[in-house]
Amino acid sequence: MNPEGEGSEGSAPRLFHSVKLDPDKCVGCTTCIKKCPTEAIRVRKGRARIIDERCIDCGECIRTCPHGAKKAVSDPLAMIAGYRHKIALPAPSLYAQFDERWSIDRLLSGLLALGFDEVFEVAEAAELVTARSRGLFEAGAAPDLPRPLISSACPAVVKLVQVRYPSLISHLAPLLPPVEVAARIAKDILHAGEEGVGVFLVSPCAGKVTAARSPVGYARSALDGVIGIKDLYLPLRAVLGQAGDRLRSRAGRRGVEWARTEGEADALGERRSISVDGIASVIGVLEALENGKLKDVAYIEALACPAGCVGGPLTVENPYIARNRLRNRAEALPENAPPLPYEPPADLGWTEIVAPRSALALDPDMLKAMIMMEEMDQLAAALPGLDCGSCGAPSCQALAEDVVRGVAVETDCVFKLRESVRELAGRLLALEELKPPGLDKD
Amino acid sequence: MKYRYAVPGDDFSMAGKASAEVKRILGQLGIDPAIIKRTSVAMYEAEINMAIHAGGGVAEAEISPERIVITMADEGPGIPDIELAMTEGYSTAPEWIRELGFGAGMGLPNMKRNADEFKLESAVGKGTTVTMLIRLAPAPIAGGGGRT
Repeated sequence: MNPEGEGSEGSAPRLFHSVKLDPDKCVGCTTCIKKCPTEAIRVRKGRARIIDERCIDCGECIRTCPHGAKKAVSDPLAMIAGYRHKIALPAPSLYAQFDERWSIDRLLSGLLALGFDEVFEVAEAAELVTARSRGLFEAGAAPDLPRPLISSACPAVVKLVQVRYPSLISHLAPLLPPVEVAARIAKDILHAGEEGVGVFLVSPCAGKVTAARSPVGYARSALDGVIGIKDLYLPLRAVLGQAGDRLRSRAGRRGVEWARTEGEADALGERRSISVDGIASVIGVLEALENGKLKDVAYIEALACPAGCVGGPLTVENPYIARNRLRNRAEALPENAPPLPYEPPADLGWTEIVAPRSALALDPDMLKAMIMMEEMDQLAAALPGLDCGSCGAPSCQALAEDVVRGVAVETDCVFKLRESVRELAGRLLALEELKPPGLDKD
Repeated sequence: MKYRYAVPGDDFSMAGKASAEVKRILGQLGIDPAIIKRTSVAMYEAEINMAIHAGGGVAEAEISPERIVITMADEGPGIPDIELAMTEGYSTAPEWIRELGFGAGMGLPNMKRNADEFKLESAVGKGTTVTMLIRLAPAPIAGGGGRT
């Protein structure tokens, strides 16, 4: 753990994260530290620092920062110039950013006008993932998998499970997310063996930026870049008038609806599934699952963002307006995409073991961790318990933890500091009363 | 290390706080996730039971490198027939509790299943004490990360 963040290097290679701080905009307030679901942020020297090992790229800090100082770094549109054949992979949440008078065909054609040579809809791949997920529920299929399964489509949820709920890792549906399936179809199937093909996700999601570079569950992503919807919105809006409708969308309703909460579960058609969105609500459901409370649930569609992917930090429209638009658009679509004009990838399963990210353990050696824990409990008991955040940690408990980890001191607490000052003042007064023996007349 | 929590009997929505707290502690101690899960399931069930049947009580967790001992003591009505109470599906929970997804008669059997050792002492009119012991795998020699 390294709360100093940028600049101070450990021996391990730095984890890439899409979520970054703009130090010029950060005023060092404590809004984000309170909202972070993995307590991954500390304020130090007047600036918020992200602890890489704990960050799950959920984008909660981006949503809550009142100063716009947290941002998700994605790739610039200009990067596509480096490829001979440029393929855009629009996430279905893109369709929800624009008024319905612009048809999906028009939006796809607009992407061509921006310089792409081809478009492959992520929604089409989502249908394949749905079909494969359904397979996991067939009698006798995947007998080793526990119930309920947790959808692994949301990268922030997958990482949340790794960091905070490692006992639930076996519940993650071991399937590639639609985005990755789309990238592999576009690159490895539709353009197999070709040189200079670049596939670029048009993304609502910060976590997908991270997943493209350091994926979880598979070794390498076929994506060449991830462009945030917000960076592409204005240029795309500008060309829509002249874009025409020359590209035809193939995606069906089931795939498109993955962009909103309940879309994936509806497509799966599993009645014993629950859908949950917003990171705090996801945590509530995972806690219940870890307590053994969800016995009658077969599937959990868990999405970190409000209203689902349409509420992603790289979108521009209000999540709830976007969700409604998506619903309206989807209603007009056929249920499924037309038969595939290609052979889909044979295997959509994970190929890598997903390990716990034990960023919360105090020490790998349990005995040492116990000693630290005892010290931490004593420290925490002596702190005021106001969880005011002035020390830069999200709670008194977190400050106590930082102290035993050696990255903070007790007097970072303003109340402790005041106590120390008062004590010191008392000692000074007492010293001041003392007189040299020669002057002491009593 | 010993932790002690009061489990309220008058606020059903607060039940689960003690087990959540113990879960956090075990996580920070770097304990095997599978053991954490067993401990939280067993303790959560006991905590809910206390809130439903006994008007609250006291939860204790004693953690050593070898084992976790959870003791849940209440001064509730007690259990007249322990053998019957241990039967899967047997429940005395009222209807509204069942509608909340509790009281399926799996609580005690579930505690027993998740603990390595399970002891239930009860006296009618005096109260019930459930003691659950969960053994920790021999502590790994430093290095960490090798947990499964």
